[in-house]
Amino acid sequence: MTRMIKPAIADRSADAQVEVALTVNGEAVRRSVSVRLLLSDFLRHELGLTGTHVGCEHGVCGCCTVLIDGKPGRSCLTLAAQANGYSIRTIESVAAADGTLHPVQQAFKECHGLQCGYCTPGMVMNILGRFEEKEPLDLSDDGIRELLSGNLCRCTGYLNIIAAVRRAAELLGKTPA
Amino acid sequence: MSTRMFGARIERNVDPKLLRGEGAFVDDIPLPDALHVAFLRSPHARARINSIDTAAAKASSGVVAIYTCDDIGALDVEMPLLIPHPSMTNPQTQRPLARGDVHYVGQTIAMVVAVDRYIAEDAAALIEVDYAPLPVEMDIVKALDDGAPRVHAAIPNNLAAHFVQTSGDPDGAFAAAEHVTKITVQVDRSTAAPMECRAVAARWEAVTGELTVWDGTQAPISVRGGLASVFGLDEDKVRVIAPDVGGGFGQKVLLFYPDELLVPMAAMQLGRPVKYIEDRRENFIGSSQERTQIHTIELAALKSGEVIGLRDFFLHDTGAFIPYGIAVAQVASTSIAGPYRIPNIFVEFKAVYTPTVQVTPYRGCGRPQACFALERAMDQLAQELGLDRFEIRRRNLVADNQFPYAREGLLFADGLKVTLDSGQYGKALAMAATELGAENFAVAQAKALSDGRYLGLGLACYVEGTGLGPYEGGHVKIHPITGKVYVNTGLSTQGQGHDTVFAQIVADQLGVSPQDVIVVEGDTKAFDWGVATFASRAAVVSGNAIHKTAATVRKKVLQAAANMLDADIDSIELRDSAAWIKGSNRFVPLAAIATASNPLRYAFNKAAQAATQFAPASKHDGPPLAEGEAPGLEATDYYSPSQSTWAYGVHGAIVEVDPGLCTVKIKKYVCIHDCGNMINPMLVEGQVMGGIAQGIGGALYEHLDYQSDGNLANASLMDFLVPYATEIPNVSILHLETPSPLNALGVKGVGEAGCIAVGAVIASGVEDALRPFGALRFHQVPLSPTMIADVLERAGH
Amino acid sequence: MKPSIFGYEAPTTLEAAISLLAGDPDAMVLAGGQTLLPAMNFRAANPSLLVDIQHIQGLRGIAVGSDAIIVKAMVRHREFELDEEVKRANPLIAEVMQHVAHIPIRNRGTVVGSLCHADPSAEMPLLLALLGGSVVAQGPSGSREIAAEKFFQSFLTTARNHDEIVVEARFPLLPAGAGWAFDEVTRRHGDYAVVGVGCVLALHRSGRATGVRIAACGIADRPIRLKDAETILNGTTLGPLDLDAAVAASLVAVTQPDDTNVSQSYRRRALGTLIRRMVARAAQRAETVA
Repeated sequence: MTRMIKPAIADRSADAQVEVALTVNGEAVRRSVSVRLLLSDFLRHELGLTGTHVGCEHGVCGCCTVLIDGKPGRSCLTLAAQANGYSIRTIESVAAADGTLHPVQQAFKECHGLQCGYCTPGMVMNILGRFEEKEPLDLSDDGIRELLSGNLCRCTGYLNIIAAVRRAAELLGKTPA
Repeated sequence: MSTRMFGARIERNVDPKLLRGEGAFVDDIPLPDALHVAFLRSPHARARINSIDTAAAKASSGVVAIYTCDDIGALDVEMPLLIPHPSMTNPQTQRPLARGDVHYVGQTIAMVVAVDRYIAEDAAALIEVDYAPLPVEMDIVKALDDGAPRVHAAIPNNLAAHFVQTSGDPDGAFAAAEHVTKITVQVDRSTAAPMECRAVAARWEAVTGELTVWDGTQAPISVRGGLASVFGLDEDKVRVIAPDVGGGFGQKVLLFYPDELLVPMAAMQLGRPVKYIEDRRENFIGSSQERTQIHTIELAALKSGEVIGLRDFFLHDTGAFIPYGIAVAQVASTSIAGPYRIPNIFVEFKAVYTPTVQVTPYRGCGRPQACFALERAMDQLAQELGLDRFEIRRRNLVADNQFPYAREGLLFADGLKVTLDSGQYGKALAMAATELGAENFAVAQAKALSDGRYLGLGLACYVEGTGLGPYEGGHVKIHPITGKVYVNTGLSTQGQGHDTVFAQIVADQLGVSPQDVIVVEGDTKAFDWGVATFASRAAVVSGNAIHKTAATVRKKVLQAAANMLDADIDSIELRDSAAWIKGSNRFVPLAAIATASNPLRYAFNKAAQAATQFAPASKHDGPPLAEGEAPGLEATDYYSPSQSTWAYGVHGAIVEVDPGLCTVKIKKYVCIHDCGNMINPMLVEGQVMGGIAQGIGGALYEHLDYQSDGNLANASLMDFLVPYATEIPNVSILHLETPSPLNALGVKGVGEAGCIAVGAVIASGVEDALRPFGALRFHQVPLSPTMIADVLERAGH
Repeated sequence: MKPSIFGYEAPTTLEAAISLLAGDPDAMVLAGGQTLLPAMNFRAANPSLLVDIQHIQGLRGIAVGSDAIIVKAMVRHREFELDEEVKRANPLIAEVMQHVAHIPIRNRGTVVGSLCHADPSAEMPLLLALLGGSVVAQGPSGSREIAAEKFFQSFLTTARNHDEIVVEARFPLLPAGAGWAFDEVTRRHGDYAVVGVGCVLALHRSGRATGVRIAACGIADRPIRLKDAETILNGTTLGPLDLDAAVAASLVAVTQPDDTNVSQSYRRRALGTLIRRMVARAAQRAETVA
């Protein structure tokens, strides 16, 4: 192929921008973003936190679940603009700085609770958020199913994830309700 | 001695990075300056395109390029027919961008490249297309009629393929039959719905002339070969990487999806990296689907219940194109007799074009349909003959001493005769009966009924031809610095845990921990001979290739270690990442052996220093590298199976049906399965359980709802009902391990096993539960509440 | 699946929000966004302006009064579900809330937002209709209270004017001693109801039912009070024949056509089943009153 002159291409869209200031994984972040940028895209492509995955962009699969002010929520159903002032936690903040897995992550590993790993960050954030809620935990099979409902997994058939939740509760010293 | 790793339930090497959110899926790969793609897709199932006007779209801010079929030069051709077969009367494949006609809702018409996906979608909406819509026929039975609206103007009756296979003397068997049962059953259209949709990114380096493509594909080597051919590049200049891939289930192995050609093309033309990240809606209307078949099956039986003949005629919906040939229908037709002796078989199918997304294999690949037809017919036969459903199966299963059991005249998808290689079918059935509590079930059922609860027992048996050829390779190398073992094969992984099971195989040969075996696959720069990940073949084909290769490296290690330790080769054992003289404390680390095996030695690491304490690794006169010797501890080898290995299993369930709401609750689910020797039972169970969950989706929930105009009514996860944890019951999985005699590891494939029998099990159970309302029939899956309500209402309830 | 372009404003006063709405006929209110954002990602909803009301003072909190529970516009489903006072004041609410989508959606979605969206299959509109509640809408010329019966007009359509913001919803408490029940049938747990039925009733010491209220979602273009059934059941002992008559009188209310998940005739069957079961469950929970 003959060399051609590199074309000049606009780098950004001409969308109206909005300033957002929020906390992500404990760090203050201030950016100017398109008004329509989804929080999921903001985290992944503006901040480089690609551990938050995008599976459906209509709120059904749960892959993009992050903690929004401490509570699990869909980052694909939240605008970055809306998140002004929020505190967001993503999967990147869960393991220790040296990479040591958090008990929820450790439990997934022990119980073979993941295969392709695409749904996993959303699962972990959902579980973590629920564990951090004051509401008592129901660690029966059905109680855990209720906790996990809202996160699709296409690989595992869920049973090992159910086991992982129970194991994580044990590692964290959580007692059932 | 170190513990044997083959067969151990060890945790996966890949997990920590995935759990920390450090996976590298295609859209995670940072590509500065990348441009983004959106497609304009057809809103019509059939239409003539009169004109396409891209002017407004091109003029909008942030749009870099727009391509229609007129702008893609040599790519404006029909894409390859992957598996030709003489039964295909009129094989049709798709063009990257529609020219003239569109053939399904979702077909790609134009590609927009813009600064971001938001803008690209805006621009796609600005492209004006003048369509002349054409009539469609969505019903595959009516589509075969003379005069039915055509999916392709030149193909009458929408007939894509017609094929007949015969084994034994079916006519004779039916003439001799004492009882014949006949049913028509249907399995509906579904889709794999991997959690990560498809994705392609490409970067062209004009300076080096190298094209790098990241593709969430199950077949990177084939994609590489195709791209090199299409673009006229040397294969060495094209690198295809399948990084972490979020599930595949067959959907990610079509050569080619339009984007797989057009994205690299755009990157080369525009001089910027280009990314296409398929969204969920596109996955529903653009990526391959499977399943619709209508079978009419007849069983010729003796009064004893012995089935002496089988006739099956089925229609197979192949969608608008047939790029994968008749693979799905052929697998269905050759699996039709399941684990039963049935010596006389006639099976015929017609593959029918419909104006829908193309059909290619989705986990199960025709087997769930064949299993559903056969097992529903077996249930009906049992009832008509007054036999217990377990008993009639028991009387027909291939016995342990009848293996290998060949079906003359039936050619499997690998072109080879169907030959069931090994198994303990009868034992599996007995285990299922025990685990289900079948003997006492009637009592429990009656008691529940007295409380107004409707319990039913369902069961089904299946076989699965796995481990198709033609071949895979393995490359094993011991790293001279760390002593870690690097392994390559030509597959890519979508979550199966290849990295761990292959590590286990190698660990046993080389005496290392599986954590010290690093498996790299899915990168054509690392290894570029091989086929792909599909057909439950990784463990069988790559597993055995890697096993052979590791055994060769083991021999090299032993010889070099014997030389270095001045010991007899038979006195050397490998464990703890070192070679030891048995019964002594003398050893040499693997890293040192690897270093010493390279005549060019640098002394800049510990391994090199350690190596100098020993005798040379190679004992010979002459040049440092003797004739016929290779440096290092490394080998490459291949495995090509002589035929498929046949895994099998028996599934059963206790279900409860609520006749008021027509809902089905699975109270208990039992799976007995046999995939030969298990490399890692924990991962085997993961595969089986994942398959069962998909099977439950196919049995009760997942149905692509094409409307009479060809529009898909439920192109979202909101309405295409992939089960959540709340829909999946507890399952007990029990193993049998009957080694395959066909390969050194004695393994069979397991990837697709779980999903095959579930539809038949659930329908069987629902029928049993509703018996108090009469002999109701459930011959279609997924079995929706509406279908149950309709059957009950027709029966006056 | 990215939204088309829109303007975005996040006013801090109700007046500013209302005037933004008044100034743009294609503006939409953004609260929790759990229904609006998916629609926008599919480009099924393409507002020209989003008025984000989360920063407006006075739109948060739940107040349990002597006759009703006041739920402000930014109260999330999960808050409503877990509020201890709400659980005590009206136990029906907790029974309904566990059916609303999934926890991460309930963490973000708002009760009032769901009411304003007025999906005929959704639980919140049914709850308001069943209890005979109301909403308070504020517009340029002041605020007005709109009864549930008037509020839900048809599919995704309410009596809210474009330039009004619903600032609160009022869910009445249960009558003393009343029994309650809610259940729904869904294809998957957490999906929109295929059919949902709620029932509130009291039992006179004679054993006869009084104050029967029954409402259903998923059967028509809005949540439906099944008043014929209520009339039939009031004053009866809720015997099988009474229930047969109530069900028979209710089936005509099913107008929702076949859709991708179920047929209309299935909805009739499910409605009948749920009416029988919910009336029985409510009766079981009812205390006998004088």
